[in-house]
Amino acid sequence: MATFRIPPVLRPLTDDQVKVESPGATLGEALEGLFEAHPALRERMIDTDGTLRRFVNVYVDEEDVRTRDGLETPLESGSSVIVLPAMAGGAA
Amino acid sequence: MIRGIMPVMDDSIEVDIAGALARRDQGAAWVDVREPDEWQVAHIDGTELIPLAGAVEGIVARWPDPAAPINVSCASGVRSMRTVEALRAAGYTDVVNVGGGIKAWIAEGRPVLRGSGLTAQQDERYSRHVAIPEVGVDGQRRLLGARVLLLGAGGLGSPAALYLAAAGVGTIGLVDDDVVERSNLQRQLLHTEDRIGVAKVDSAEVALRGINPDVRVEAFRTRLTADNAWEVLGAGWDVIVDGTDNLPTRYLVNDVAVHLGIPVVHGSIYRFEGQVTVFEPFAGPCYRCLYPEPPPPELAPSCAEGGVLGVLPGIVGSLQATEAIKLVLGIGETLAGRLLMYDALAATVDTLRLRRDPACPACGDGHEVGGERPELIDYEAFCAMPARA
Ligand SMILES: [Zn+2]
Repeated sequence: MATFRIPPVLRPLTDDQVKVESPGATLGEALEGLFEAHPALRERMIDTDGTLRRFVNVYVDEEDVRTRDGLETPLESGSSVIVLPAMAGGAA
Repeated sequence: MIRGIMPVMDDSIEVDIAGALARRDQGAAWVDVREPDEWQVAHIDGTELIPLAGAVEGIVARWPDPAAPINVSCASGVRSMRTVEALRAAGYTDVVNVGGGIKAWIAEGRPVLRGSGLTAQQDERYSRHVAIPEVGVDGQRRLLGARVLLLGAGGLGSPAALYLAAAGVGTIGLVDDDVVERSNLQRQLLHTEDRIGVAKVDSAEVALRGINPDVRVEAFRTRLTADNAWEVLGAGWDVIVDGTDNLPTRYLVNDVAVHLGIPVVHGSIYRFEGQVTVFEPFAGPCYRCLYPEPPPPELAPSCAEGGVLGVLPGIVGSLQATEAIKLVLGIGETLAGRLLMYDALAATVDTLRLRRDPACPACGDGHEVGGERPELIDYEAFCAMPARA
């Protein structure tokens, strides 16, 4: 079980939920559960070849999964997953 | 030629203040032969204290070459003249007395420093900095000599500029092409109701001068583009504080700063959440290590639902100012390699680890500071909304 932290720009796709829980032994498995509940997220996060989009960074327990095992990165029970896309807008 | 014991007022061995400064510009040393307690009260910046009793021996030891150009001054020119005559008698050919000494200097309205190396006003102004061992007088002087460039004089730039000016950062550059609007005043504390319609860089200059007359403001009323980025970012900055929150500019700034080796303090805010990190070229990751390319426009999150809690840029911009000061002073652990995330609603702070990517197109293996300039890319703007609200 992991807790995903959804960034503000993607919250319109999760009914404005900030934290979404999803079970899975790996990041990829937990993401499948997340996409089942919130299908519009998939296109924003996953490329046509099934890998993470390059402008979306995902951190499992504060480490970038690209420096670990990508979608195969194992999750502990209670792992926190932070999704961080390149931000286009905002109001400085 | 042997000079007599009588003081001889000869053009060749005495100069006025302007003459002394001209000689210093040409590389002449400047020795003050007064006593240490007089020096503590007031001295001329760049002069070296060697009290009269040991002045001749001290100068000979310090500058053994009898052709060395040296100015000698004291309170009014009497003690220093004695020193000059003794040195001339010892064979020194380019030693001159500064006529009128520091009294003449002060009479011309020129600034003097205290024993701390700061002016009396600066001693007072920065006393709470000087009291911190990690800053001290040396750190304060370093801040006064520092050049920090702020991209954006808006939400993030406001607290950053105000605190950096108050801290005595000697030169603050401001890049912004906007004018002050009423909707800015909810969070942009550099600006005021009576300056609506004024260029933000001009409004900011008024605010910064009002806080600290030590600060020099260099204003760039422009939008950063591939055409002007080298010129603006290449003007000798020690640190760049990026408060633009505008994706195309992020990439421009990154590519130039990596090439020039300038650390960038990055901040971004959205609604109730803010992020801060430091991109220190080659010591940590850069922006392209995180995001090698911007998202295609159709996948870029819409900006239409922008908006920000007014106090949030106050927090994030202040964190950016803190990092900038640490970088100038070389103290503490900066946020290089870490991303600090602040959530105002949850009142939580999280820190993520960011790593340099050996395959990074800007700072990866094979890249280094300097060398051939990379070609800059003006990515298309993703938002119809103004990017620097
Ligand atoms: Zn990089």
